[in-house]
Amino acid sequence: MHLILFFLFAGFCLAGAINLLLQTHPINSALSLIVVMTSLAVLYLLLGAEFLAIAQIIVYSGAVMVLFTFVVMLLNAGREERTLGSRAATRIGFPAVVALFAVLATIFLHAQGLGAAHLGEGLSSAPGQSNLTLLSQILFHELLLPFEVTSVLILIAILGAVAIAHVEGSKMSSSERVAEK
Amino acid sequence: MTIFAFFLWSLAKVAVVTVVMLMGIAYTVLLERKLVGRIQNRWGPSRVGPFGLLQPLVDGAKSFLKEDLIPTAVYRPIYLLAPIISLGCALIAIAVVPFGANLGPHGVDLFQISNINVGLLVILGITSIGVYGIALAGWSSNNKYSLLGSLRSSAQLISYELALGLSLVGVVLRAGSLNLRVIVEQQATLGAATWNILGGGQIVAFFIYLMAAFAETNRSPFDLPEAESELTGGYHTEYSSMKFAMFFMAEYGNMINVGCVATLLFLGGWTSPLGDLMGPFQSNFLNAFLPLFWFVGKVFLFLCLYVWVRGTLPRFRYDQLMNFGWRFLLPLAILNIVGTSLWLAYR
Repeated sequence: MHLILFFLFAGFCLAGAINLLLQTHPINSALSLIVVMTSLAVLYLLLGAEFLAIAQIIVYSGAVMVLFTFVVMLLNAGREERTLGSRAATRIGFPAVVALFAVLATIFLHAQGLGAAHLGEGLSSAPGQSNLTLLSQILFHELLLPFEVTSVLILIAILGAVAIAHVEGSKMSSSERVAEK
Repeated sequence: MTIFAFFLWSLAKVAVVTVVMLMGIAYTVLLERKLVGRIQNRWGPSRVGPFGLLQPLVDGAKSFLKEDLIPTAVYRPIYLLAPIISLGCALIAIAVVPFGANLGPHGVDLFQISNINVGLLVILGITSIGVYGIALAGWSSNNKYSLLGSLRSSAQLISYELALGLSLVGVVLRAGSLNLRVIVEQQATLGAATWNILGGGQIVAFFIYLMAAFAETNRSPFDLPEAESELTGGYHTEYSSMKFAMFFMAEYGNMINVGCVATLLFLGGWTSPLGDLMGPFQSNFLNAFLPLFWFVGKVFLFLCLYVWVRGTLPRFRYDQLMNFGWRFLLPLAILNIVGTSLWLAYR
């Protein structure tokens, strides 16, 4: 059962990814990307990582991709012309991708201590313990400092974006600026 | 239980819940028309069947039989996909909602399709996917009013989703779980006195949730995406016949979903307001179906509140809407989280 679902959604994922590259209309590509993200979430779910799966859907399929489609809709981007790509990309790109894939595959196949997850099993070693509990234990006890530092980093990025978007001496009222967010 | 039996049970539950949900949507429309009619001192639908009770069925037949127009300039695949996304998301979210206590024989959970331990997040996730239906409908219609309506709507949904999600954090902190059954059972002990809205001290969170939920379902006073006087019809201007009906059904389905979540998280779910005072009964039938009655009753009251608000309040202006969401609801929700955490930590 799990294997069937795995192949089904892995197929969706790959088909979405290929479609993403082949489509010429940006909105089709964005929609394919949503298919990829959502199928990935199902694959996480099959591996027993239910929180990660739902977070993937809420954050990536729900929030990030809505912004993507928003930008496409607002900019009214048209069809792009189909080209064969640069010669450098075909000569170096494909071998580089194959080499990278080979290296990653060898590392994952030979690695010890990376941990393993199997289809249809939970991630946690203790049965009955949800991986939400485990995740929060690790995030808020063991890795508290890195977690907080990362959040400060994101805050700085937001402040930077506001500073860039803020035009000097603009006549925009503050409420309009809020509305633009 | 073998996997085959599990499959059959799930299929049966899905079929029953879907039919009940669709009927619920149809009769929520009637409830709204009746109540708004009374608020405006008229009768509402009263011709088809006794008290107009057959009106939803006739309306459904009408939308099926109407001519299905597709304007020439639309972007066809997405134009056809958008109503399916909208209605699909509205119908799927009910799958994780528990309607009653888990008393079923042989480990079958009769009153919930699937008990997931991140159930609350699943509902939020499906709602966030539902935005695409509206955004894509407006864009693919190739009409400026549709596009304006869908942009307003998506911006509103994204803004209020934050306040909505944060208002639920207080409840999750109190329950220590995202499982909807655990959240309900944690409120069950003393009846209404331990519901999150009263004894749980989450009344502020409830009002934040209420207002964010009105905005999330595009209902008045936040119904700017469909503001008839400015946008003709909003994102579904170019849709006719059953495709328009699908958007319409999605809106009412989302109202029911929001009502279910409010009931589960703040109003004690399927538990009786009297708590253990009205203990378990002798008959198993009562024990199984009385919770169902409480659940449906609470959702019904919530829907009545929705209609009441629609009948009384005028529409917000767009900048008021955004200011209210970002400057008032969001900080208030964050304060509520801080307050609840402090209270839980130093209790």
